[in-house]
Amino acid sequence: MKKRVWMNLVMAILAAGLLLTVSCAKKTVVTDTTTIEDQEKAEAAKKAEAIARAKEEAERIAQQELEDQMAQEKALAEEKRQAQKQRFENQDIHFEFDSAKLNPVAKELLKEKAVWLKTNSSASVTIEGHCDERGTTEYNLALGEQRANTAKNYLIDLGISAERLATISYGEEQPIASGKTEEAYQKNRRAHFAID
Amino acid sequence: MFNKIVIYVFLISGCVFFTLVQLYAKEYDYINISNPFLKKTPIAVTDFKSFNEKVSEVEDGRTAKDILTKALDFTGYLKTMNDTAFLSNPAQSGIQLGQIKFHDWTAIGAELLVTGGITESNGKIKIQLRLFDTFNTKLLVGKVYTGKRSQIRKIIHMFCSEISYVLTGKWGIFNSKIAFISTVKGKKEVFTSDFDGSNVKQITFHKSISLSPSWSYDGKMLAYVSYAKGNPQIFIKNINENIGTIVNYKGMNISPDWMPGENKLAGTLSFSGDQEIYLLTMKGKIIKRVTKSWGIDVSPRFSPDGKKIVFTSKRKGTPQIYIKDIESDRVERVTFKGENNTSPAWSPDGNRIAYVGIEKNKINIYVMDIASKMPVQLTMDAGDNEDPSWSPDGSMLTFTSNRNGGVPKIFVMNASGSDQRQLIRLSGKQSQPDWSASQNR
Repeated sequence: MKKRVWMNLVMAILAAGLLLTVSCAKKTVVTDTTTIEDQEKAEAAKKAEAIARAKEEAERIAQQELEDQMAQEKALAEEKRQAQKQRFENQDIHFEFDSAKLNPVAKELLKEKAVWLKTNSSASVTIEGHCDERGTTEYNLALGEQRANTAKNYLIDLGISAERLATISYGEEQPIASGKTEEAYQKNRRAHFAID
Repeated sequence: MFNKIVIYVFLISGCVFFTLVQLYAKEYDYINISNPFLKKTPIAVTDFKSFNEKVSEVEDGRTAKDILTKALDFTGYLKTMNDTAFLSNPAQSGIQLGQIKFHDWTAIGAELLVTGGITESNGKIKIQLRLFDTFNTKLLVGKVYTGKRSQIRKIIHMFCSEISYVLTGKWGIFNSKIAFISTVKGKKEVFTSDFDGSNVKQITFHKSISLSPSWSYDGKMLAYVSYAKGNPQIFIKNINENIGTIVNYKGMNISPDWMPGENKLAGTLSFSGDQEIYLLTMKGKIIKRVTKSWGIDVSPRFSPDGKKIVFTSKRKGTPQIYIKDIESDRVERVTFKGENNTSPAWSPDGNRIAYVGIEKNKINIYVMDIASKMPVQLTMDAGDNEDPSWSPDGSMLTFTSNRNGGVPKIFVMNASGSDQRQLIRLSGKQSQPDWSASQNR
């Protein structure tokens, strides 16, 4: 009997303990409301921070994009300048057989070259005169110089200082096209512009 | 280099005849090499007599005969005969005047006969050579040469010069050289060779563009154009010593040509802004401006007397050939046919101009008599032909042709245009041959 009493007591204590635990748990939930508020705050702060960061990022991206754009623009400009420079150097002017006279196309190209020379006022240029393989070596040296000189004089007339324009004749010594066709001859009869 | 070789020469007594029969118009002109319709004279070259009959002596005799035959055949006026037709053998029966049976030679049509004999002792050789006129049973010239075995070629060519002198009145080509341009790894350098295209030597090593070599009259100097320092300049080089000067006016310094008998040269300079021909000292100092005409004036070549210059000018709209008297400034146009005539060369007899004409994209060599101004086309239907240069006796022309596979090579032909053949066999591209004066005497 005594044992049963102890048993009941233990049970009661356990039950009370359980009850207490439950009420304790309830109490924890209550105190948690403040915690939730903190979290909301924290979350809000975090959110704000995220927004700020996003904004910053957006700004950074925008800035970057702007910079990229500027760089691109710059690259484009550089590319354009390079292209113009390359065109200046690679676009030869051509002549008729045994002639150093400038044809209309040659004059247009020279005007374009004059513009480039005015834009790039520090550049100086060597004008190379070349011939096709017909005609003799010495005569073609002479003819090549005539071609370089007519091109030079035309540029001087367009306002380019003579000091910036050197000439050299290679006669028929440096063909860029081989073969005995009018096409090859035409390519070789040229004044070439080399930036010093 | 011509004075370095020690060869002793003895005249075989009583053998040079300055009172030859007047077979042809000029005194001692057996052969008039200016005649364009020249028939080759048949000449017999016998085996060399070996006096000691040593193996090496016999071999050297054979070498000497071979060199002699090739040299005589090289000329445009002699033709060596096939020795299977020979009726007698002077190598056995004797090589001297009294021992020659002339009817054996006239019977087979040999108008001229060369006999040779060789003696070898102590590493030295003695070669005796005789040229006979078989129809007139005469010794025309005889010489004895002594030298080293290595000098056989030199000795034979010396006697060929004697043959040339006695037959044509000129020392001929045998002691002359040819300067030319050849590519080396894509760069153009100056080279030289003997008259027959042998003994090729590279002279310049600029690794640049070298052009237009020109011999001085004595064969000691070469002038040429080089881009080695940027713009084209005329380099004047002593061929045996490493000294020289550079004509380096502003602009172009091109197309040099030496004055005969003088250490002066002509060239085209463009420092004034216009291309003009100038007379220069060998130090490059201007003696005189020769042309005074706007536009292209290029490729001066002196007359043999040095008093006139033939050149290319575009003064009348197309490139044509003109002659200018240096003293009087008188100018005469010489080409009237064709739209493009350049690259003149004055014949050593002073009467003819060889030049390059372009007609319908065909580049060919022409020669014209200055008096009649009638051009004769020498090359045709055989590629592009350029850069004519006369042999010192005027019997031949060397030139550039790309007739074989489109690659330019150095060729040679008789002045009449016959016997066109490749002279220099070398890899790469060759051009602009310049034949030196004869270095005899």
